[in-house]
Amino acid sequence: MITAEKITHTTCPYCGVGCQIDMHVKDGLIYRVDGRWDNKVNHGNLCVKGRFGYDYVHAPDRLRHPLLRTRAKSKNGQKPGFTPVTWDKALDLVANRLRHIRDKHGPDSIAFLVSAKCSNEENYLLQKLARAVIGTNNVDHCARL
Amino acid sequence: MAGLAATLGSGAMTNSIADIPQADVLLVTGSNTTEAHPVLALQMKKAVRKHGAKLILIDPRKIELADFAYLHLRHTPGSDVALFNAMAHVIIAEGLANESFIAERTEGYDLLVEAVRDWTPERAETISGVPAAQIRQAARLYAQAKNGAIFWAMGITQHTTGTDNVKVLSNLALLTGHIGRPGTGLNPLRGQNNVQGACDMGGLPNVFSGYQPVSSEEVRRKMAAAWHIPYERLSPNNGLTITEIMHGIQHGRIKAVFIMGENPMLSDPNLNHVEQSLRQLEFLVVQDIFAHETAQFADVILPAVSFAEKEGTFTSTERRVQLIRPALPAPGEARPDWQITLDLANRLGANWSYDSAAAIFAEMATVTPQYAGMNHIRLEQGGLQWPCPTPEHPGTPILHTQAFTRGKGLFCAIPYRAPAEMPDEAYPLILSTGRILYHWHGGTMSRRSPGLNAIAPEAEVEIHPKDAAAYQVRSGDLLKVSSRRGEVVAAARLTRRSPVGTIFMTFHYAEAAANLLTIDAVDPTSKIPAYKVCAVKVEKVSREQ
Repeated sequence: MITAEKITHTTCPYCGVGCQIDMHVKDGLIYRVDGRWDNKVNHGNLCVKGRFGYDYVHAPDRLRHPLLRTRAKSKNGQKPGFTPVTWDKALDLVANRLRHIRDKHGPDSIAFLVSAKCSNEENYLLQKLARAVIGTNNVDHCARL
Repeated sequence: MAGLAATLGSGAMTNSIADIPQADVLLVTGSNTTEAHPVLALQMKKAVRKHGAKLILIDPRKIELADFAYLHLRHTPGSDVALFNAMAHVIIAEGLANESFIAERTEGYDLLVEAVRDWTPERAETISGVPAAQIRQAARLYAQAKNGAIFWAMGITQHTTGTDNVKVLSNLALLTGHIGRPGTGLNPLRGQNNVQGACDMGGLPNVFSGYQPVSSEEVRRKMAAAWHIPYERLSPNNGLTITEIMHGIQHGRIKAVFIMGENPMLSDPNLNHVEQSLRQLEFLVVQDIFAHETAQFADVILPAVSFAEKEGTFTSTERRVQLIRPALPAPGEARPDWQITLDLANRLGANWSYDSAAAIFAEMATVTPQYAGMNHIRLEQGGLQWPCPTPEHPGTPILHTQAFTRGKGLFCAIPYRAPAEMPDEAYPLILSTGRILYHWHGGTMSRRSPGLNAIAPEAEVEIHPKDAAAYQVRSGDLLKVSSRRGEVVAAARLTRRSPVGTIFMTFHYAEAAANLLTIDAVDPTSKIPAYKVCAVKVEKVSREQ
């Protein structure tokens, strides 16, 4: 039997029910997920996604580096090319382009999509950036979808 | 959630998952609960099987909950307003309304009486296809319950009449007083893990966190002071919704888009239109854990981390704020989204300093009344349901127990409007879209799971055997499904789950993206797209093609 190096109490990332889970990790891999009993939400229960749907965390195609487009956007369905860059280069470029577009076309020429999959803290901070730093209320997410 | 915000003053699930077994009548509509919210559905099953509750299921499809239903009304997709107006008509006409509750806690009753006077069950039958006798039976059952609870999901809201649909459900609860007690209420089930939180945090074009309107000068002055910025920086104008942003790009109004953790190239309606828009953008940034379909159009892709690699909070459908905790290190150079946003803001001239997600939460709580009494240290002891206004407050399992957020509950007179697109000679079938148990939203997460993919490997079209016979289609044959906007190919699955004349597809599969077909007509108030009804045609294609 595998013994976990670390068991982490956290919240299932799938639907809006908010089941509480214990994530068992060994050798850097999630190998088992259990439903927790100490709550009024899931009473130890989990669905098939909440119990087994975590392979994506270890997927080989997870993004590991900032990427910059190297080929112009094609009109004929040609695949775009991307090259890894440093965080400094990527963030400088994003900041410069956003500043340039805001100065030329105004703050309402920029839009932000926040996320129903990200945390409260992340959503709060990105809408604050849109409103307090850029100066636009063009903020939405896929709640409607 | 604009519907409930208008009628009650607060657009969230009124009750808690734990009190579902206290209902003796459950009305579930537009929610395939056992597949989309499986663990919550366990409480519904428990209410029926263990406590003898009666389940009224109102859904065109014969979903798994139908096996638990006392009554199953299979209405024509898009006829919800007609059906629920008729239920209100029956409740009033048969003297089943809760007069004292109406007098004490509501307003607008006379308008409702007038509006539903002509909505006899017989008239609703001609539009919805549900026998008048069944409509009467459902209305009596719900009205005469000791505790009646209503549940719905996107099957109610993803229509051009989505806000109207919610308001007519709200009318039923206000008519009967089934609200403000355990086992009652108006309960929208949120689809994604943190939809509730993204809305609460101000991830909407018209409000700051806590649903404080951007149009209010008082609110803008408060936020500007808290954020240490000049008041003039904050725009008083409502921003654009996703669907309006996509149109705005085509009209040249929007030049740059920053997307955090979303894949509109799979989840938005009318995908061909979305693709044209993304190609036309001057600058697109995508911040995510995978280079998904939308990222292919990005100028810069920023690697974020998954829920298993970061700290923070999610807010569940029952308004419960709960911690997530890191179990694994970030892959490669990937970083938590908040750290990326922080560095970007400071490059744009802000002077922010946060050392943790807990520090961001602490600031958020000072400007968000519903969260004011929460912090990460308290949440270590377990989740808290908002509103939680002070550090001593235990949280709020049931909303509107004494008064509604807006004061009195508001009845709404809602006329019936037909869906934006109905079947005709060229496109004779209705397409409805939704989820299945084994996959999740755009599939970015679940389709990378070999186990889940083995169970549900390919996109299917659910079609009734009678429709299949008309097109000489057998189970497993490939069907080309076309609408006025696009076409996809998927395998036919013959089933009586979908009614005659309606086919069903999920939107989990990029290679057969149902949203190439769907219409981007939206509800005029909520701007939710009408995913549940559009007109299509089908034809058989050979496997070799």
